Amino acid sequence: MTTALSGSKIARQIARKFPGAVIESGADSLLLKAGSLLAVAGYLNTAPGLDFDYLNYVTATDYYDYFEVVYQLTSLKHNHGLVLKVRCYDRENPALPSVVAIWQGADFQEREIFDLLGIGFEGHPNLRRIVLWEGFEGHPLRKDFL
Amino acid sequence: MEIEEVYSRQKIDEAEGRQINELMARSQGIIPDPDEWLDEELKRNVMVTSVDAVLDWARRTSLWPVVCFPACCAFEFITTEASRFDLSRFGMEIVRASPRQGDLMITAGTLTWKMAPQVKRIYEQMAEPKWVIAMGACAISGGIFRSSYSVVPGYNHIIPVDVYVPGCPPRPEALIHGIQMLHKKIGKKSLIEETK
Repeated sequence: MTTALSGSKIARQIARKFPGAVIESGADSLLLKAGSLLAVAGYLNTAPGLDFDYLNYVTATDYYDYFEVVYQLTSLKHNHGLVLKVRCYDRENPALPSVVAIWQGADFQEREIFDLLGIGFEGHPNLRRIVLWEGFEGHPLRKDFL
Repeated sequence: MEIEEVYSRQKIDEAEGRQINELMARSQGIIPDPDEWLDEELKRNVMVTSVDAVLDWARRTSLWPVVCFPACCAFEFITTEASRFDLSRFGMEIVRASPRQGDLMITAGTLTWKMAPQVKRIYEQMAEPKWVIAMGACAISGGIFRSSYSVVPGYNHIIPVDVYVPGCPPRPEALIHGIQMLHKKIGKKSLIEETK
């Protein structure tokens, strides 16, 4: 079975390399600053000993005050996993960097989050609605959608 | 070491040869058709019926369903098709993938607005005369997804529906009952009304 890596252990490693990137770390996840997501993701993808080469999924939740985007990563080489979280406080124009350039599997899932929660992913090659149709009003997975 | 055969190959071949020769000798004449009397009977009869009755009979006894199964009700339809419930009893066991060859749409499943244009198109591609059975709660009214932003609240928003079969999903018996109701409906159709 895939071993879940301790968030706090990796947090120290990341903090050495990217000071201030980790906001919070727990036993099973890491909360990152949105601005440093791309740099940290790139590092996790290639760093020897970590090699997170596979993105299981990207998903997002609306917590009223902010959106939280969750990335579940796995290293097929070392058979270990890690959960990254990023928060987005802007409700009008939420935006985060896209990780498609690092993990191609994020493509459709980022489009789905864009479609249902309205979070824009900067640098996504084809950010269009995927489940609903063009011209649909609003984003149905937002808590204030009625 | 070879096991001794009770009947040698030679003996089996000889027996087979005798059998064939006997059958050949017995089968020189033609066996008379047991239904020959039927021709004579028919010759002496005149059947009187209306064009409507013949046409409606022909139509309702050979309905060809078209593939349009967006969700889980399809499994009940598949069961209805299969040997246990045997839809071929009603002359309709073949489901066509091409709408041009079908005249009955059994709408088995939830329809989303994103899928709706395709279903409407399939319906429009079917040749007249054509019928629609709304199968299951979702097909009738949207079911539990009725108030959703993405679900069509009933196929009758998109296409005209002839028979509604309630259930979630309806059992095969229910679907068969719906089909029989459609048969009755087709039986009442008049050619004169149609051409008006």
